[in-house]
Amino acid sequence: MKKFLSKLGILFALILMVVGLSACAKSSSGSSKPDVLAEDKKSETITWGVKADTKLFGLMDVKTNRIQGFEIDLAKAMTKQILGPKGKARFIQVTSQTRMPLLRNGNIDAIMATMTITPQRAEQVDFSRSYFDAGQAILVKNGSKIKNVHDLNYSGAVVLGVVGSNSVQNIKKFAPKAKVLQLTDYSQAFTALRSGQGQALTTDNGILYGMSVENPNYSVVGGTFTKEPYGIAVDKGQKPFLNAINSALTEVEKSGQYNKLIYKWFGNVKGFNLKGAYRQ
Amino acid sequence: MIQIFHSYGNLLLTGFIQTLWCSIIALFFALIIGSGFAILEVTPIKFLRVIAKAYIELFRNIPLLVITMFFYVVIPMYIAKISGFAAGTIGLTLYSSAFIAETVRSGIQSVDPGQMEGSRANGLSFWQAMRYIVLPQAFRYVIPPLGNQFINLVKNSSVLAFVAGFDLMYQGNVIASDSLMSMSSYLCVGLLYLIITLPLSYYMRYLEKKLA
Repeated sequence: MKKFLSKLGILFALILMVVGLSACAKSSSGSSKPDVLAEDKKSETITWGVKADTKLFGLMDVKTNRIQGFEIDLAKAMTKQILGPKGKARFIQVTSQTRMPLLRNGNIDAIMATMTITPQRAEQVDFSRSYFDAGQAILVKNGSKIKNVHDLNYSGAVVLGVVGSNSVQNIKKFAPKAKVLQLTDYSQAFTALRSGQGQALTTDNGILYGMSVENPNYSVVGGTFTKEPYGIAVDKGQKPFLNAINSALTEVEKSGQYNKLIYKWFGNVKGFNLKGAYRQ
Repeated sequence: MIQIFHSYGNLLLTGFIQTLWCSIIALFFALIIGSGFAILEVTPIKFLRVIAKAYIELFRNIPLLVITMFFYVVIPMYIAKISGFAAGTIGLTLYSSAFIAETVRSGIQSVDPGQMEGSRANGLSFWQAMRYIVLPQAFRYVIPPLGNQFINLVKNSSVLAFVAGFDLMYQGNVIASDSLMSMSSYLCVGLLYLIITLPLSYYMRYLEKKLA
């Protein structure tokens, strides 16, 4: 028995090592990556990394077990544009934390997950041009003393955000005295706000509008204080795929599909500037 | 990795200290609460036995994350405002205490019943017999499984990351998403956990050799 166990242990150790090594090998072999566009054309599928916890953009519908939102519809339209009418869009759920590693490992072809184009990120991935212009804002409970981001600049203020989003970096500039708590995802951050763990929740206005639609007791105040253009991210060295995405986006905007989708998802949102979001 | 330590050293240090604090607090209280319930589980009074059993089964069979989220989200809504660190530490204490209680109970029951009978026959009360005769022997038996529980407790403290408790795992997430170097960030965090758990594990082994 003892011998058997020790053998089993060695086996496990070996398996672990092999898995570890292959993971290393995969992440370091940047030079010989396959051409995503060519592969997607062959399989007639594009795999998009999308959010599943963000109302209006990408939210898991518990009844149908499908992710729904503006980004999902836009990704579907763009997939048809790139691969033709037969093209299929596959969706994989990502978070702000997991999206970059998943893209680099090749689990997803592109990220469309409320991801702001920043110079720092542009060193790691290539961005398409912006498909939605958001801006950072804060969400507070109705009747809160906090009217804009500057009201949060006192010691003892607690602002809630999400790990891996750049909104938590920004808030440090606008309210340096406030403490920032970073939760794992938006639903958890909102739960924390509801249970009084912080005075305000900060992220991009589009996401916050989604929360206030669901929960009328909370509202977006003070307008936006940064510009957050959302871009589609693809891995470095996938120029043909990036060009295809950019031209697909242009086509979708030209055909008026884009504005229809904006109206579909944001038409009923109180305080949302529809005209400003329309393209062409 | 060296780069991570260099540029995020103070984040990692605060994470390390928070994890250490949380572990020490939780370990201390979990040991006390756990031993208490273990004794209650073997008392002759049935009512106390039922209470102890209920407590242990409740906290042993609910995932740690659920307990912690309950303290982080539900308690502040209705009872008192508690921070993520406190919620995580309370959750961890209750969860671990249930396991420690079971471990200690098994130790108490592995002591020869003749010990208890003998001490009672010599005029000690149940509590005196427990305190002076049975428990010292029981703890000697359970040092190895107790060591396991302690190590599990330290590792389980990573639950603080989910309630923004600023522990090692939380800082790991922050650093990974900020530096975009997930692999080396989590390697650093793993290394720091080892710095806590390895000495603990060796100390338990030393105790085992010395006492058993």
